[in-house]
Amino acid sequence: MDKLERLYRQVIMEHYKNPRNKGLKNKDGYHKVHIKNPSCGDDITVETKVEDGIVKEVNHEGSGCSICCSSASVMSETLKNKPVEKALQIKDEYLKMLMDKDRDETVELEDAIAYVGVKKFPARIKCASIAWKAFERAIKESE
Amino acid sequence: MDAHVIKKDFPILKDKTLVYLDTSASSLKPNNVIDKINEYYKEYGVNVHRGVYNLSYVATSKYEKAREKIASFINAEFEEIVFTRGASSALNLVASSYGLTNLSADDEIIVSELEHHSSVLPWQNVSKITGAKLVYVPLNKAGRITVENFKKVLTIHTKVVALTYISNVMGYITPIKEIIKLAHEKGAIVCVDAAQAAPHKTIDVKEIDCDFLAFSGHKMCGPTGIGVLYGKPDLLAQMPPIEFGGDMIDTVEKEHATWKDSPYKFETGTPPIAEAIGLGAAVDYLDNIGLKTITDHEKKLSAYTIDKMKEIEDIEIYNPNTDTGIITFNIKGVHPHDAITYFDGDNISMRAGHHCAQLLIKWLKVPATLRISFYLYNTVEDADKFIKSLKNARDFFKEVGF
Ligand SMILES: Cc1ncc(COP(=O)(O)O)c(C=O)c1O
Repeated sequence: MDKLERLYRQVIMEHYKNPRNKGLKNKDGYHKVHIKNPSCGDDITVETKVEDGIVKEVNHEGSGCSICCSSASVMSETLKNKPVEKALQIKDEYLKMLMDKDRDETVELEDAIAYVGVKKFPARIKCASIAWKAFERAIKESE
Repeated sequence: MDAHVIKKDFPILKDKTLVYLDTSASSLKPNNVIDKINEYYKEYGVNVHRGVYNLSYVATSKYEKAREKIASFINAEFEEIVFTRGASSALNLVASSYGLTNLSADDEIIVSELEHHSSVLPWQNVSKITGAKLVYVPLNKAGRITVENFKKVLTIHTKVVALTYISNVMGYITPIKEIIKLAHEKGAIVCVDAAQAAPHKTIDVKEIDCDFLAFSGHKMCGPTGIGVLYGKPDLLAQMPPIEFGGDMIDTVEKEHATWKDSPYKFETGTPPIAEAIGLGAAVDYLDNIGLKTITDHEKKLSAYTIDKMKEIEDIEIYNPNTDTGIITFNIKGVHPHDAITYFDGDNISMRAGHHCAQLLIKWLKVPATLRISFYLYNTVEDADKFIKSLKNARDFFKEVGF
C-alpha cells in the first residue's frame, strides 16, 4: 500500500479538501467544456479565458473521486497565467507522464508531478486526465 | 458442495491470492466450458444449418443440442429458445419487435427504477416512437418492487410489464409470479430480465408463466457473446423479425420474402456457435451442482459478510436485507472509485460505479456505490479477506484525511 499512500499523501488530499479556482464564472469571454465519464460518474466542467495569448483564467466545477477532483484543481493552478503554448505543452507532458510514455523532463510540471504515481494504477489514469482533456478542448474550441 | 473444491474448476482461481467478487458483472468460466469451446474449434469448427457434409452436421447437432439443454434448464420447449448476443439484445428484440408492432399512444408500459439500463431503455425508445406511456412502479422504502405497489400502477391500459427478476444492485428477488398473474388478468404481457436470476436460482418459465424472459451466458459460467430469449410460442409466431439476412428465410423473391418459423426467424447470420455450445456446457456444470445449492451457498456468504460489515464503523450498506449474494455499500466520505483502488491493491476484484442502473443510483441519492457479489466459487475465506481489506481501507482513507 506504500505507493497508494504516497499517491494520496502529497498534493492530492490538499487539493481535494481545498480546491483552487473552483466555481464557474459563466460570463462572456469564457469558454466552457463539460466532460463526463459515464462508467464511474466523474463529471467535470472546465472554463477558460484567454487574453493576448495568455490563459488568464481556468475554473472548474464538478464531482467525482479524489483523483479526478484534485487534478482539476491542480491543473487550474498549474496552467493559469501561462502562455497558451506553454500551457498546452505542460498538458501534453502531463498526459505523457500518466501514460508512462517518454517525456521531455525539462518541462516543469510543478505540483502536477504529484500524479506521477497514477501510472501504477492504470484503472485510474482516466480519473487523472479528464480535467486536463477538458482544458485542452476548451482552448482548442475557443481558438 | 465445497467451494474450495469448486475453485479448482476455474483456471483463473489458480492465483490463490485473487478474491473475485464481481460475478454480477461477469462470472469466471470453468474448465469444462473452456474445453467445450476449444473442442468446437479443434474438432468441428464449421458453420451450422448450411453444409450438407458430415462436419457441418456435427456442428449443427451440437449447437441445437445446446438449445435443448438451455430449454430444459428453465423448463421451456426447444422452439421457445432464441439465441441472441446477450440479455441486452434479447430485451431489445422484445421491445423492437413486439413493442413497436403492438403498442400505441393509449397504452402503458410498466418498468421500475431497479432496472438495468437494458431493461428500461429499449422501452423508453418504444415509448418515444409509439407514444405509449412509461409508468414506474414505486419502490418501497427498502428499494423493493412489491405486489402492493405494482397493483397501484397496473391499469386496463397496461400492455407491457418489463421488470427485473433479481436486481443487479440490490440483490432483491421480485415477486414476479404474483405480478405476472395480475398483469395477465389485465391482458398485459410480461418481459422478465433474468440476467441475474438464471445464474443463481432455479427458473421455471411454466410455473411463473412469463411471456418473455432474457439472460446472458457470461454471468452463468458461460462464454461472452451469447444470450437467450425465451418467448411464448404464440407471441414469437406473431412477431416480425428485426434483423434480416441469411439463414432466417424460407423463400426469397425480388420484392418479397418469407421467414422460417421461430426461433430461426430471429437468428439471421452465422450464430455464435462456439458460444452456444459453451453455454450448453455451462448449463451442464450448474445443473450438476444444483441451482438450489448455489442459491443457499451465496445467501449464507452474504449474511455472514453483512453481519461482519455491520460491526465496522462508517460503512453504509444499502441492501442489508439482500435476498442473494449481492451487497451494495459505500465507505462514508470516500468516493467508490478511490475505495476500489485500495481493494484492487489487495487483489480483490469488485465493482464501483452505477452498475448500469443510474435510475436506482439516483433513487439511492448517492453518486455511485461499491458492490460485491458472491458465487459458487467464493469461500468464507474470501469473505474474511474482503472484510479485512474493508477495515484497512476505512482506516487508510481516514488516515490520509478523507
Ligand atoms: C439485471 C441485468 N440485466 C441485463 C444485463 C445485461 O446483460 P448483458 O450485458 O450481458 O447484455 C445485466 C448485466 O449487467 C444485468 O445485471
